[in-house]
Amino acid sequence: MSEPSAESPPKSAAKAFADGLRSAFGSVFFYVLLGNYLGIGALAHEFNFSVLWMVLSTILIWAAPAQLILISTLGTSTLIEVAIAVTLSSVRFLPMVAGLLPTLRAEGTRQRDLVLPMHFTAISVWVEGLRLAGLLPRAERVAFYNGLGTGLMFSAAVASAGGYYLAATLPPLLAAALLFFTPMAVLMVSARNSRTLLDGLSFGLGLVVWPAVAAMKLGLELMWTGLIAGTIAYVVHRVREGVR
Amino acid sequence: MSFAMEPYLALLLIGFLPSEAWRWLGIVLGRGLDENSEIILWVRAVATALIAGVVARIVLIPPGALAGVPLSVRLVALGGGFLAFLFIRRSAFAGVLAGEALLIAGALAFGT
Repeated sequence: MSEPSAESPPKSAAKAFADGLRSAFGSVFFYVLLGNYLGIGALAHEFNFSVLWMVLSTILIWAAPAQLILISTLGTSTLIEVAIAVTLSSVRFLPMVAGLLPTLRAEGTRQRDLVLPMHFTAISVWVEGLRLAGLLPRAERVAFYNGLGTGLMFSAAVASAGGYYLAATLPPLLAAALLFFTPMAVLMVSARNSRTLLDGLSFGLGLVVWPAVAAMKLGLELMWTGLIAGTIAYVVHRVREGVR
Repeated sequence: MSFAMEPYLALLLIGFLPSEAWRWLGIVLGRGLDENSEIILWVRAVATALIAGVVARIVLIPPGALAGVPLSVRLVALGGGFLAFLFIRRSAFAGVLAGEALLIAGALAFGT
């Protein structure tokens, strides 16, 4: 496998990429993504997207929340509203990427070498990447991370298409169960990951505020839900911090 | 304004771009960003609430086959799944399983 080139040190890139791929298939996220994207693929079918569109959205956007927003609102909301909601939901990538860079950068890493690994950066790849790449020699980390990202994205892309076809072929009861999987899983993962009052409160308030905002028919429902519920949660968090 | 027009253009312009831009910005700004700064905390709260809004939307105004399941069954399944999560060692797996079981049982009992 190892073909020495002028660019990379002898044993490096291909092997590190393969190691990354192998880590992806051994990761618990491989199965989490499989389940989650089966559900999202099914939703895409019910909202009348094509299977190609669904798979492309997984590869290009690579952010389950943004994809969910796009799929569930594109047909009924204005484009501006969808754009704002997607933008807000993806802000998290900024601190994630910034936090990952010190781990991935090596001697002579160029800015453009980082574009691909940063595209692979989503919660799953980021968590596993931070944990595993940090254990490797610096020169191998970018290739390893790319392998990891490729493997996990592959599982999600296959599941996207799989869920799409399942929704088309399953009897209504099972299709309903598949469509219910994503909201249920998002609720569970958010609940488990909410280590602080702020996270839990933001999510809980969001669940309650959306119906209220939707009933008012103001438009921009997701944006208002985020701003109102998120800000209330943040203020509560600040007040409690102040008390302590 | 419907996706029947240009779904692929929408995918690129209001799906890919607004997500990818933050990743690029992360590379450009790089270090010097405090993960726990107040603005980041607030933005994370807004984003979390927004995702909760998406969950509420899918459960309350569900697509396709899920719309055949009565609203009360959908709500009980979501709430019951959450309770199972709380009482079974905060296991997300147990929560999803319980929620799905309630949804299927409810749909069988009250029709899809």
